[in-house]
Amino acid sequence: MSSTMQFDLVSPERRLASVDVSAVLIPGADGDLTAMPGHAPVITNLRPGILKVEAPSGNKDYVVTGGFAEIGEGLSVLAERALPLDELSQDAFDEILEEAKSMYKRVEVDFQNQPGPVDDAAKLLSDMVAMGEQIGLNANK
Amino acid sequence: MPNLKDLKNRIESVKNTRKITKAMQMVAAAKLRRAQDAAEASRPYSERFNSVLASLTASVGSSDSAPLLLRGTGKQDVHLLIVMTAERGLCGGFNSNIAKLARSHAAKLKEDGKQLKIVTVGKKGRDALKRDLGEYFIEHVDLSEFKSIKYVNAQAIAKALLARFDDSEYDVATIFYSKFVNVVTQIPTAQQIIPAIFDDQSLASDQIVYDYEPDEETILADLLPRGVATQIFAALLENGASEQGARMSAMDNATRNAGDMIDKLTIEFNRSRQAVITNELIEIISGAEAL
Repeated sequence: MSSTMQFDLVSPERRLASVDVSAVLIPGADGDLTAMPGHAPVITNLRPGILKVEAPSGNKDYVVTGGFAEIGEGLSVLAERALPLDELSQDAFDEILEEAKSMYKRVEVDFQNQPGPVDDAAKLLSDMVAMGEQIGLNANK
Repeated sequence: MPNLKDLKNRIESVKNTRKITKAMQMVAAAKLRRAQDAAEASRPYSERFNSVLASLTASVGSSDSAPLLLRGTGKQDVHLLIVMTAERGLCGGFNSNIAKLARSHAAKLKEDGKQLKIVTVGKKGRDALKRDLGEYFIEHVDLSEFKSIKYVNAQAIAKALLARFDDSEYDVATIFYSKFVNVVTQIPTAQQIIPAIFDDQSLASDQIVYDYEPDEETILADLLPRGVATQIFAALLENGASEQGARMSAMDNATRNAGDMIDKLTIEFNRSRQAVITNELIEIISGAEAL
């Protein structure tokens, strides 16, 4: 078995990465998982978080805000929005956080008596905040 | 015979027109490259997306618990047409071709006794359809302030569409846009996006059997709305490339026509000038002879 696999990270606007990797930590909706070569085929949703890529050519971290990952022969991550971690500025983080906050507010009004969507939005928001803390960006502005 | 001064003015004015169309053509060519790059960059995403969605659909597809976005509302009564055109004119038949397709589609639906609703994206399509179908307009999306189309634009449109779908305002949604083939060919296309349709070609026989986390239906419910946005985004990008392509060839034609016109006018100008000279000569000679 080969020690690396093909890894693609694509967002709707561009392809961010296409490299051979040895392991990728994926922020799955139900918890983090690490994909390595030979992993069983899985399709999973993403939650906002950090995607850690370990590759022979160097490790790199990306911030993703949602989407899904397909682990097959290789790994494809289709992220709604994705950025290399070092490109994420406080401003950009504030922007996506603001989006999550406004969505939470809207959902709260729209689905008053349905816990499902409100919980989802609350989770999304808290995931974002947790992600910010992990990177060291301030979420309480 | 038109007098010389007028001819000269006309030649000048056509020359100016040629300069403008030439400049527009070059601008369109530059923009076309960018638009094509954008369309190309988005392709890996939408291809992957569709193939995953198709394989999910195949495994969940027909069951009763499938999301409404996939199996439809069970009715076909209210049709929503999303007509995507450019914000600007001067691009040949681009806008009118899309409008024409939408119009014939609408006429057919009306004949079948369906209810119509129309969302327009881009000012030109709105103007073109206002007279015949203005009564069905329910929304207009203005993209004129955006220099380049971003995914968020598509997301916003998709969000509005999905909200209407959740309120059961329509049963079937179709987008109209122009597919970019090359600079001279753009094909106006109608594509149904709700309920979602996938061509089975992407379903190869050697499909890998995936595990799904959390489970198929949750993922599908999460992906389908994104799929709508993805399709709209792809259509917007195709449209962008088509628009610039159409403008480029239209302006190329215009430049060439202006050139022909200048040649013709110049010949006419030279002839008239020669005629004036000949006339003067005749007058002088006959005057001299009379002495």
